[in-house]
Amino acid sequence: MPISLSPQMMRQIIMDHYDNPQHKHEPNDANKYESIHMDSANCIDDIIVYVKEDNGVVTDCFFNGVACTISTASTDIMCGLVIGKTCEEALYIIDQYKKMIHEEEYDDSVLDEAIVFMNTSKQAARIRCATIGWDGLEEIIHHHHK
Amino acid sequence: MFDVKKIRQDFPMLRNNTLMQGKPLVFLDNASTTFKPDVVINDITKYLTEETSNSHRGDYDLCFTVDTKIKNTRKHIAEFLNADEDEIVFTTGATNSLNTIAFGYGYKNLSRGDEILVSVEEHASNLLPWFRLQELVGVVVKFIPLDEKGRITLNNVKKAVTSKTKLISIAHVSNVLGYKVDMKEICKYAHEKGILVSCDGAQSVPHTKIDVKDMDVDFLSFSAHKMCGPTGIGALYAKKEILEKMDPFSLGGGMNVTFHQDATYKCLPAPAKFEAGTLNVEGIYGFDAAIQYIQSIGIDNIEKYEQELKAYAVEKMKKVPGIVIYNEESEAGIITFNIKGVFSQDLATFLNSRGIAARSGQHCAKILPDFLNELSTVRASFYMYTTKEEIDALVEALMKGGDFLDAYFA
Repeated sequence: MPISLSPQMMRQIIMDHYDNPQHKHEPNDANKYESIHMDSANCIDDIIVYVKEDNGVVTDCFFNGVACTISTASTDIMCGLVIGKTCEEALYIIDQYKKMIHEEEYDDSVLDEAIVFMNTSKQAARIRCATIGWDGLEEIIHHHHK
Repeated sequence: MFDVKKIRQDFPMLRNNTLMQGKPLVFLDNASTTFKPDVVINDITKYLTEETSNSHRGDYDLCFTVDTKIKNTRKHIAEFLNADEDEIVFTTGATNSLNTIAFGYGYKNLSRGDEILVSVEEHASNLLPWFRLQELVGVVVKFIPLDEKGRITLNNVKKAVTSKTKLISIAHVSNVLGYKVDMKEICKYAHEKGILVSCDGAQSVPHTKIDVKDMDVDFLSFSAHKMCGPTGIGALYAKKEILEKMDPFSLGGGMNVTFHQDATYKCLPAPAKFEAGTLNVEGIYGFDAAIQYIQSIGIDNIEKYEQELKAYAVEKMKKVPGIVIYNEESEAGIITFNIKGVFSQDLATFLNSRGIAARSGQHCAKILPDFLNELSTVRASFYMYTTKEEIDALVEALMKGGDFLDAYFA
């Protein structure tokens, strides 16, 4: 994805994932998933992230709950990015995303649409919204690997 | 003569051209906290640079100076509320005051099955202490129904009162909707039934004349930082005979007369009994200056001006396409709103990008969204130094419409 996305395109990507999230739904067979409850004292965000892993590969990832525009879109994009990836690859993607959010050097080649959140640090109060789902997924994978 | 331009010159945060996101700061979050005038800053500095010492226990002049300051501040707060000096307890703020009521009065004097009435628009600090008391003692927390606008009325209080009701604890002014409750008529009714009334004054004491004797309220809680004072200091007013029925829930130095190896101890009389540990002395210096500053402007002038601002803001904001205002008619200088199709926090973030400080979310009143049928809202709140130009800046930003995610890409 080119870094020269216009603000209009970035907004459109966020709004598409907010209005029509692909990976936000009720769990059908929750017992087959690892899950984590994430909430925020600063926003209304109150979500559960679900992950299914087979032989070290993330075979499914989705979330459900109440979430703002930024957390919904960022978590939805995250789910799309990690499905089909190995856990190591998923952790690498999460790491690069967080580096981007915190204005460190990062590898944009693995972030695809997630780069629309590259300027989040300018609105520091929203960093938690942009990372809540990512923190949850990271914790599940780390926990699972212990 | 009330002159907002002159008042603004008293506040470094206002006169020093403070910027936010590179834009002139428009501070519309005064229900959250307020700016401090020079007189407050100077008096805190005076304590820190010229008069530092502990209270209570010195044999030297500096301690006497500090003790006198604390005594005088207590007196000034009492005069401000028409209370007596020994009815004013220093706390760390309204939250701590409300906890002192719950655990100092409630834990000792209430028992299983006793009912406490609150409302769904209460701040967390006027709900969670009572929920905890329900866990510890078995009291039952019940809710006064709000009317269709979101007001607490005497009629609805009457509907909620039963023979088991022992205490009503409600905000004088809601921090979300800004309706002012007629505490006097509620106290009169409650007292006829032998019920005590606790008033959360965090949003009223800074903005409106309070006369605790006329209101006949039993407890009043408030914070200094919402009235131009520093954070970490506030007060609890309670009637003297009620303070005497309360146990301290924090114990230690400064509140005891004697203690012995057999675990017996004797407390100082109220209010010292409730002020264990070293007080926030610089906070008290600042609190005193803040009260005097408000009195120099005149609390009635402040209230009148804020009502003028509120009417002006409602009139202007109603013209913003897609706006929903939840509390057009409420008395306080608080406007709670949303723009259709825009998530409230995105709206507040957008305002931040324009240098405008407003608050989104549930404003610590996490049960109220069920009543409003909205997950969260944006709140703009005014104080004596807010200008119509600042409200114009808010309206102009809101008029932009449609581009609320721009804050992320600018």
